[in-house]
Parts: sequence; C-alpha cells; structure tokens
Amino acid sequence: MKNLVKLLVGAGVLAAASSVASAATLDDVKSRGTLRCGVNTGLAGFASPNNQGQWTGFDVDLCRAVAAAVLGDPDKVNYTPTNATERFTALQSGEIDLLARNTTWTLSRDTKLGFNFAGVNYYDGQGFMINAKNLEGITSALQLSGASVCVQGGTTTELNLADYFRANNMEYNPVVFQALEEVNAAYESGRCDVYTTDQSGLYSIRLQLAAPDDHVVLPEIISKEPLGPAVRQGDDQWLDIVKWTLNAMIIAEELGITQANVEEMANTSTNPEVRRILGKEEGSTLGADLGLPNDWVVNIIKGVGNYGEVFERNIGSGSPLKIARGLNALWSKGGIMYAPPIR
Amino acid sequence: MATDSTHLPGPAATSRSSALNNPQVRSIIAQVVLVVLLALFIWWIVGNTTDNLRRQNIASGFGFLDARAGFDVAQSLIPYGSNSLYRQAFLVGLLNTLLVAVTGIITASIIGFLVGVGRLSRNWLIRQICMVYVEVFRNIPPLLVIFFIYLGVLSALPGARDSLEVGIPLGIQTPFGLIGWDDTIGFNAWLNNRGFFIPRPVFNEGSWLILAGLIAGLVMSVLVYRWARARQMATGEQFPVLRTSILLILGLPLLAYFLAGMPVDVDVPVKGNFNLTGGVQVKPEFLSLYLALSLYTASFIAEIVRAGILGVSRGQTEAAYALGVRAGPTLRLIIIPQAMRIIIPPLTSQYLNLTKNSSLAVAIGYPDLVQIGQTAMNQSGQAIEVVAIWMVVYLTISLTTSVFMNWFNNRMSLVER
Ligand SMILES: N[C@@H](CCC(=O)N[C@@H](CS)C(=O)NCC(=O)O)C(=O)O
Repeated sequence: MKNLVKLLVGAGVLAAASSVASAATLDDVKSRGTLRCGVNTGLAGFASPNNQGQWTGFDVDLCRAVAAAVLGDPDKVNYTPTNATERFTALQSGEIDLLARNTTWTLSRDTKLGFNFAGVNYYDGQGFMINAKNLEGITSALQLSGASVCVQGGTTTELNLADYFRANNMEYNPVVFQALEEVNAAYESGRCDVYTTDQSGLYSIRLQLAAPDDHVVLPEIISKEPLGPAVRQGDDQWLDIVKWTLNAMIIAEELGITQANVEEMANTSTNPEVRRILGKEEGSTLGADLGLPNDWVVNIIKGVGNYGEVFERNIGSGSPLKIARGLNALWSKGGIMYAPPIR
Repeated sequence: MATDSTHLPGPAATSRSSALNNPQVRSIIAQVVLVVLLALFIWWIVGNTTDNLRRQNIASGFGFLDARAGFDVAQSLIPYGSNSLYRQAFLVGLLNTLLVAVTGIITASIIGFLVGVGRLSRNWLIRQICMVYVEVFRNIPPLLVIFFIYLGVLSALPGARDSLEVGIPLGIQTPFGLIGWDDTIGFNAWLNNRGFFIPRPVFNEGSWLILAGLIAGLVMSVLVYRWARARQMATGEQFPVLRTSILLILGLPLLAYFLAGMPVDVDVPVKGNFNLTGGVQVKPEFLSLYLALSLYTASFIAEIVRAGILGVSRGQTEAAYALGVRAGPTLRLIIIPQAMRIIIPPLTSQYLNLTKNSSLAVAIGYPDLVQIGQTAMNQSGQAIEVVAIWMVVYLTISLTTSVFMNWFNNRMSLVER
C-alpha cells in the first residue's frame, strides 16, 4: 500500500509540479547541499543499510562518488530506497537526482521513459536459482518446464523470463511481487521452485536465505543486463558529471590511484596523465568545464576509492558475496570495463 | 412619477444591491465562479503535465495499449500470454479484480447474514460465537487478515510433494488404536503451498444434452413455483416446491448424462515434476485475498443485518406469533423483507469497500488491475496513463454497483404495500 501511495504521489508530482526537470540539477544539488540518490530497498552488497543505519554497497558508493565530486563530501547523500516500480517515477518526478539501483540500460528506458544512462557500472546477466536440495537432478534451466518462478514485477527480468520460456517452448507459472522482500519470502517458503533475477542479485539474495548452501545458481545466463546509473533527460551537464565520475573511478584503477595513495600521488607524481586527472596540470580547466572543482577526482578517490576497490570491498573478494571480476575486470585485464580518456 | 426618480438613489444602484442580496443570484454567481476556477485548475494541470512530459521526453498517450505486453500473468480468465497486448493485460487484471470482488461479495453476504442473524439467536453459545467473530474481524485491518491467511496459513501448508489430500477419513487414530478403517474417501482434491487443486470436468461430445437438462430443470422449477403459488392463493393448499425443484434441477441433467452415454471425463490433478498438474489450480494469492476480504467484510455486514432486524418493530414479531406463525417463517417472511429496506443502503457501501479493498492484492502478488497496472506502468513507462485507467475503472465499477444497489433498494421498498 505504502508503495502504491508513493507511486501515486510520484505520478501526481509529475502532473502538477511546474518545474520538475529544472535543467540545472547541479545548481539544485549545490544549493541543497546534498545529493538525492535512488537506491534499491536492500540488496546486500549493492545497497543496504548497515547496523548503524548507514547505507553501504556498490551502488551506494557511486552515489557517494558523485557527492564527493560535486560537494567535496561523500557523506552528503540522501538515500531513497525504491523498488522496481517506484524507481522510475521517483526519477521522473524529480524526487531523486540520480538513480543508482542495478537498473538495466535499455533502449526504451533511454527513450520512452525520458532517461539517460551515464554508463555501465556492472555488466550482468539474468540467471536462475533453485533449491538443489528439493530439486535434485536439475542442473540446467532447460529442465525447468512446469516450474513456478518467483520474479519481481516491473523489471527486465520479467520480460526476459517470458521470452526465454517461450523461445524454448517451455511452460512456467509466474509468481510476481512488486517488493523484493516479498519475492524473497515467497521463494524461501517454497511458493516457487525458481528465483530469477540478475546473477549479481541472486548471489546477494542467496546469502540472505536461511540455508544459502542449499541453493544453487544454474549455469545459464539468459540475457545481457548492463546495469548503470540513470539521470533525467534534458540536463547534459548533470549527465556528464555522473558519466565522468564513473569514468574517473575506472581510470583511477587503470593508473593504480587508490584511496590510500591518492593524496600522495597528487602531490608527487610526475606522470602527466596522473597529474592531469588529479587536477595538477598547469592551467587545466577539465574540472571547471564539468562545473566541478579541479580536484574533483581526488575527492572521489579519497571518498570511495577507485572502481576496483569499490568492487572488491562491496561485492568482490573483500565481501561475503565474493563475486569474481569476470566481465567487470578492466579491459586490460580480460574484462570489458573501459573508460574514455580524461583529457 | 417622473419627479420621484430624482429623489431616490439611482435605479442602477438599487438593482445592484438588491441583486447581490438575492441569495439565488448570489449562489448562481458563486457556482459560476467555482466552475470557472475548476476549469482553470484542470486546464493548468493538463497543460503542466503535457509540458513536463514533453520537456523530459517522456512518452504520453494511450497508444501503448496496442503494443505487445511482453510479460506473463499468473492467473487469467481469458487466454493471455506474453505476446498479448497491454490492452489485454489490463482486461485480465480487470477480470481478476471482478472475480475476487464478486465471489467475495457473495461469500461475505452469506456469512454476514448468518452471523448477523446468529447474533440475535436465542442460543447463548451461537450468540457468543457470532459476537467474537464480529469483534475479531471488524477490528483487524484487512491487510493484516490477508497477510495472516497468505503467510500464516497457506504458506505453512506442505510443499507439492507432500500435498494433503482432501477427503473424508474413514477412521480416526485414538490412543486406543485405530477406530474404523485406515482409509479415506478422496475427492482427488489436494492442498499444498501452491494452492488448492481440484478435478476439472472435461465435457466431451454430447454434453450439450446435460446443459439442456439443466435448463429444462430450471424452467420447470419456475413453472412449478408459479403454479404452486397460484394454487395456494386459490385453495390454500401447499405444495413441496423446494423438494420438487431440487429433484428437477439435479435429476434432469443426471438423466441426460446417462442418456448421452456419460460424456463427461474428469481431469484429475496428478503429481508432475515440480507441482501437481491438471485439474483446476486455485492459487494461494487468490484464495487468501478472497477469504480475507470475505471474512473481513462479513463482520460489517453482520452488524448491518443485526441493526436491520432490530430496526423492525417488535410488534411485527408478536403479531406474527399471535397469528400462529412459527419462528422460522416469521423471520423469513415478515422480519427480513422489512429489514432489507434498512440493510441495503449500508450494504452497498460494504460492497464498494470490498471491491476497493481488493486492490490490496498488490501486497501478495494477486494479479488484479492494480498489480498488472504497476507492471505495465514500469514496462511502458506511462505512469499517468495507468493511474488514469485505474481511476476510471474503479469509478465505473463503483458507480455501477451503486446504480444496481439503488435499483434493488427501490424494488425492495416497493414490497411494502
Ligand atoms: N536489472 C533489472 C532488475 C533490477 C531489479 O530490480 N532487481 C531486483 C532483484 S535483484 C532488485 O534489485 N530489487 C531490489 C529492490 O526492489 O529493492 C532491471 O533493471 O529491470
């Protein structure tokens, strides 16, 4: 119900507010002093409140990086938890400045929904998870004909699921909820045989189940899910800021600039590329051209670390999820993470 | 005469002050102003909305209804698949809303009437049970009742492999051993945490004869009823109409069934790889919403019925008893018809409430109009259009219900001669 009210309010604001997409999000954020960031409602590793009530996670760190770049302080973020349905109205209505919530970049979201994606911070794909204890002998998604499948409504997941079963001439019973915790509860209680979502999500959800070891993620990946931050159309400056914040984090990893050494590198490095990125190049206006202070990258890396650090800390080897870098390794290390140059 | 006007204040002034003092004129002016303001407001909202949407490049309009929906729906009364259109998805949602509303209204009315009458029973125990029922359900928010049934009762049932068979046990296990037989008469119906599975009749060729038998039975029952009534009016003799009707309505189709060579098969649920397959599956999402709305609304209807019956003057009962009418017929023929006039208007509100409460379906994933609308909203990105569809549909359902109940109310009032 609460969700429904939120949705209605979102739609209402869209209808009534006379200046929803005030073009200059940057000015709004600066004068407000905080960044309003839409995250998911609690997907451990990506965005969830810790025991002190602070939001942490891979997507949260992107919000923090943008706040560090714009406001010089990664803590100046206001988080709005959104489920799959609320996220889009929240962004459209101007309730949030940035949506960093494992959202797949698709054409229709780019066009019909009026968004712009600022890049990809996680290359993912959709997978299936089953309770292997109850369903012995099932090792492939192609054996799932007749199964009940738990899925969150309003996602690309729901659409891929329909396509996959249709393409393979299989039947299934969809069990659709709007809220993540309801999908989790239904899967846990045995209401469905299969849980499907982005693989990264499956790993995170599996850890929250009562007996994670009973559950296996099947090998099939049935879709491309490039997850990335989204902003409203019509504000190119803001789009650029988010886009280059993400790029800067990737480039910092390439150059070995880390949270621990960024100050030192800024002061002592003689590498022209490092000096340029960290705002030490003589007469450079790279930061100012974005509308940011010249040391914006220093602030980002000091605040959250480079892309690799953020990955490992939240979802990689330094976290309970232990997700391998895989596709998300740098292009120079066998992955496809690649950022255009800052110059 | 002509000189008078020079002494009096100008005629214009007089008429202006008198027109403004005229309450009728004033109220017309006020209403015109209000309508103009309202029109301006709507114009402003619409203008703003289209403006905002255009500036943000968000698609608008109802054209998306003719696009492929792409998502599947758990329960549908009409053929639907991911290749269907958004328009059809909304229809599926609407039918699911109506399904739970109509079945809920029927069940809530039956329970409500029984409990309401029960609260006035002479039997102490029945009175107390009915009171506890009303107080429990009336005081719990409907969402909690839904969650309780969904999570507390239906989720707790065993999984598909250990489905419970619904049947009549032929014996019971006691501390002294088994009494009776260690067997049950099964109905081929099963209960598990995926829902309630019942056999489905499959009508083969020749089944039309059964339908014909049923129709014949119904028509003949009506004729018998008319004839018996006329005869009772004329001669005072009674005729067992109910028994005859039941015999006709059940007997004729049964006869037809055998005459047509038993053309009906039953599709029985059997264990499949993941779940029971075949038969009819009543999903737990529907069951819990239906049960919760019925039980919750019934508690209010019970109170309305009780108030209605108490609202009929005691003298009516006494007069009936004095004439030697027994308690049952007194209630059925004298009290209830009069109570109906008091009952129907508040009953209408309860029916509307139940229908609107059915949108709590989202909480447990029952694919009603709201739940499907939310998915459609996200997949198509057209929030405002979907909200507009919701509003129009619920308004239409509610107004239709009101119109029908008003008609029913008028009819019932006419019964009073
Ligand atoms: N990437 C897909 C699915 C994203 C999604 O909503 N995933 C779910 C399941 S992992 C989620 O994160 N839910 C969190 C929430 O609702 O708070 C999309 O963009 O549509």
